[in-house]
Amino acid sequence: MAFGAFQSAAPAGTGAPVTQVQKKSPVALWLLLPGILYLILFFVTPLFSLVLTSFQSPVPGGFLGEFQTAFRWENYVDVVSTYFSHIGRSFVYATLATIFALLLGYPIAYVIGVKLRAYPLLQALALVLLIAPFFISFLLRTLAWKQIFSDEGFVVGALKTLQLIPSDAYLTGTPFSVVFGLTYMFLPFMALPIYTTLERLDLRYVEAGGDLYANPFTVFRTVTFPLSIPGVISGTLLTFIPATGDYINASRDFLGSTDTAMMGNVIEANFLVLQNFPAAAALSLILMMSILILVSAYVRRSGTDDLL
Amino acid sequence: MASEASAKQFAEAGADLSLVSVTKRFPGFTAIDDLTLEIPAGSFFALLGPSGCGKTTTLRLVAGLEEPTEGQILIGGKDVTATKAYQRPVNTVFQSYALFPHMSILENVMFGLKRRKIADAEQLARDALALVELAHVATRKPSQLSGGQQQRVALARAVVNRPALLLLDEPLGALDLKLRRQMQLELKDIQSEVGLTFLHVTHDQEEAMTMADTVAVMNQGRIEQMGAPEDLYESPQTAFVATFLGQSNLFGGDVTGSTASVVTVKASGYELRVPADRAVAHRGVVTVGIRPEKVTLHQAKPSTGADETVVGPGRVVDASFSGVSTQYLVDVPRLGEITVFAQNTSLGEHAKHGDEVYLSWKVAHAFGLADAPPQEERFQADTNTASVAVQEREKLEAELEES
Repeated sequence: MAFGAFQSAAPAGTGAPVTQVQKKSPVALWLLLPGILYLILFFVTPLFSLVLTSFQSPVPGGFLGEFQTAFRWENYVDVVSTYFSHIGRSFVYATLATIFALLLGYPIAYVIGVKLRAYPLLQALALVLLIAPFFISFLLRTLAWKQIFSDEGFVVGALKTLQLIPSDAYLTGTPFSVVFGLTYMFLPFMALPIYTTLERLDLRYVEAGGDLYANPFTVFRTVTFPLSIPGVISGTLLTFIPATGDYINASRDFLGSTDTAMMGNVIEANFLVLQNFPAAAALSLILMMSILILVSAYVRRSGTDDLL
Repeated sequence: MASEASAKQFAEAGADLSLVSVTKRFPGFTAIDDLTLEIPAGSFFALLGPSGCGKTTTLRLVAGLEEPTEGQILIGGKDVTATKAYQRPVNTVFQSYALFPHMSILENVMFGLKRRKIADAEQLARDALALVELAHVATRKPSQLSGGQQQRVALARAVVNRPALLLLDEPLGALDLKLRRQMQLELKDIQSEVGLTFLHVTHDQEEAMTMADTVAVMNQGRIEQMGAPEDLYESPQTAFVATFLGQSNLFGGDVTGSTASVVTVKASGYELRVPADRAVAHRGVVTVGIRPEKVTLHQAKPSTGADETVVGPGRVVDASFSGVSTQYLVDVPRLGEITVFAQNTSLGEHAKHGDEVYLSWKVAHAFGLADAPPQEERFQADTNTASVAVQEREKLEAELEES
């Protein structure tokens, strides 16, 4: 299956060496060269420039967006104190979206990977359905959700008619719609890696669990779920990391409002609107570093070394 | 639930197992056809048969991993047909071991005990590991063990639960001969010590005969014959049993005379006699059988005794020496090829390839069968589309795994 690609995301995330050169051979080096050059040109250099930018200071008396090289570390203090709530919101929303995507995605992956094994045709169809949304631009899909959740839309109308929400309530621009959008957007990224591990799950272990007096729930808790943890970790990483930096769902043009702005929105605003490049660069680096720290702590805690 | 309560405690003794006209149909074929079987408590019962005869399916039905299409399964007199695997006081040693790869050996062995909340699970598990001489690997993962060690862990994991009924699915297949003997003895020890009921599924006739009190030979979803190993070997009731359990020389012919003590069969010009009590049928077409080691080889025509059958002359077409004995293949005109096992009890001259010999055996050693020896190949080509598709799929999967 092509989705095996997601599997390799897990070891890469754990920092395991991806390439192991057994023998030092000039051929291997030559083959690596284009990749290394590419990375230096398009990853290391911009990152370096981003770090430099984050320490720049405004040119005294200069125009908007005019900065000079400096070591103004106060930039970091400034952005943290100014955008503290946005940073916190990003991680809260991303965590919620990850949890909801896991709760929704695991059963989907389980049904496709285990229950539909005996019916290859249905299994293939279910997989296509899971990936089908990717054929439509995610901007369009998010706009569609905006329509669905709009004040005149069916959902709000129905909820009001049923008096489940007060008549002056709305859904667009609320944390609910943003977290909903994030969950929806990253659900396949959660479900597919879990599917790949469950699809390969040896059902004889499940039988052995049943034979050893474990009821179906206990078998799931002690056998099936532990054996699918590599997929769960890849899935949560593939969901959490991009969700934290997402700026589409939380943007005012889509499902969010100024009250729901996340780090991505703030970075976008600073770069494109306020032209405060150092602040935007500092925020980007803060985002990157905090994700790195959180993710490495998470991977270490979940003890994937044992499983992978 | 009563069955669940019984699964919560150690079995004090083995339990009877009864299968009452059990049928299991899979889409496209019938694995088990109206099987009725009674295994008394505390016995070591072996189901013996070629692959695909339905023996593993029988085991899975008892374990609760498959549901019978028809019929009932009773363990200790209680109907467990409708219960799930985890509710049955039964444990299985799986052919594939199925050790949980994410747990240590000790955790694997403790698994069943913990599910039943049995006190002191760890000590019991350690004792079970000591029994299979694997106490030193308790902290390792299954993948760090050899095949034979994994098999012993699988055995410990099942035995530690002291189930009323222990199911063994070809459990000694991956062991070398020495370890195999050792495990066979250990299994017998455990069985006599605890008095568990063992149901052992195997295609290895030697293993079945040395270990089991009762052997049932299974073929195409039915039990052909059941009994003590000696009875099965000495008095087979069907041609399948006669040829699957050891070797047999079989000759088909019409009954020409039948008295109270002897049935005479005319086969290709020879008058072959069978004791009446060792013949399944006394009229019509009867197959006469004789085991190769019961046949004696003579260099010259022996004087015929009343209690002996002599055939010959024939020609030795093959002689293979194997130390303890020599196996001869003698071509007797009209009767066909006859296999003879001769003990090497004396030094010196033995029959050689091309020698003209006579064969004799005691009438009392012959047996009579009602059915003809199987004419067709034992493993027939299965050409229905479903099984062809399954085979294709397996082939593809194997290829994928290789690449």
